[in-house]
Amino acid sequence: MKFFVFRNCREVTELVLAGEDRRLGRAERLAVFLHLQICATCPKFTRQVALMRRALPRWRAYREGRDENA
Amino acid sequence: MNDFAQAVQALRPQLMRFANAQLRNDAWAEDAVSDSLLAALAKPQAFAGQSQLKTWLIGILKHKLIDQIRRHSREVSATAHDDDEDLDGLLFDQTGHWRNAPAEWGDPEAACGRREFFEVLELCVEKLPGVQGRVFMMREWLELDSLEICKELGITTTNLWVLLHRARLRLQTCLQERWFGNAAAKAAA
Repeated sequence: MKFFVFRNCREVTELVLAGEDRRLGRAERLAVFLHLQICATCPKFTRQVALMRRALPRWRAYREGRDENA
Repeated sequence: MNDFAQAVQALRPQLMRFANAQLRNDAWAEDAVSDSLLAALAKPQAFAGQSQLKTWLIGILKHKLIDQIRRHSREVSATAHDDDEDLDGLLFDQTGHWRNAPAEWGDPEAACGRREFFEVLELCVEKLPGVQGRVFMMREWLELDSLEICKELGITTTNLWVLLHRARLRLQTCLQERWFGNAAAKAAA
């Protein structure tokens, strides 16, 4: 079994994205949390994911003609 | 042809675009849109006029799209395995580090308040490879839950998560290239 501190950016990216579709396990959440503390780039990626999460409901509304603000 | 029928017909191209983005098959998209228009024209009184006509028609279309996915589930699931490994190789080196650091996208509201942003997002969704696109749209547009998608397509949840993860990664890469990268270049100019 892989020890959590050795997760690299590619693996953490995968977990961050997986978190959009399923609930991550405790060990996975810990691995992500720890990696984000020491990595300069993955936090930016994680903020991109958060932006996408907020954008998608508005994209749905936009394409269906329900979003008057867009 | 009365006004209502004309207004419904006028929205056909837009419905076709959405149906194609979901089904990735012209013939099935054609069937789904035809079914939707027939249903709409048969029951004009069902359109209460409280929402936009487009919104109402898209509501009908979504049901017809799910019908098409069910009807063709065997053909869809036969292509449900994609081996799209090249994206990881483009983004990460062999030790799993970023080749190019992701950019800071800044204020979400600034991006999401723009109509053009959603047009670019729409293009990026349409550009997703077939299976990823289909699955992503089932999840994010038809808003089906994971179990339903797996049941309709006959794939495992692990398979679904891989497809969704690749689709999301591709979308972010596409938005970086087509929207955020350009916006940054414009701001710097």
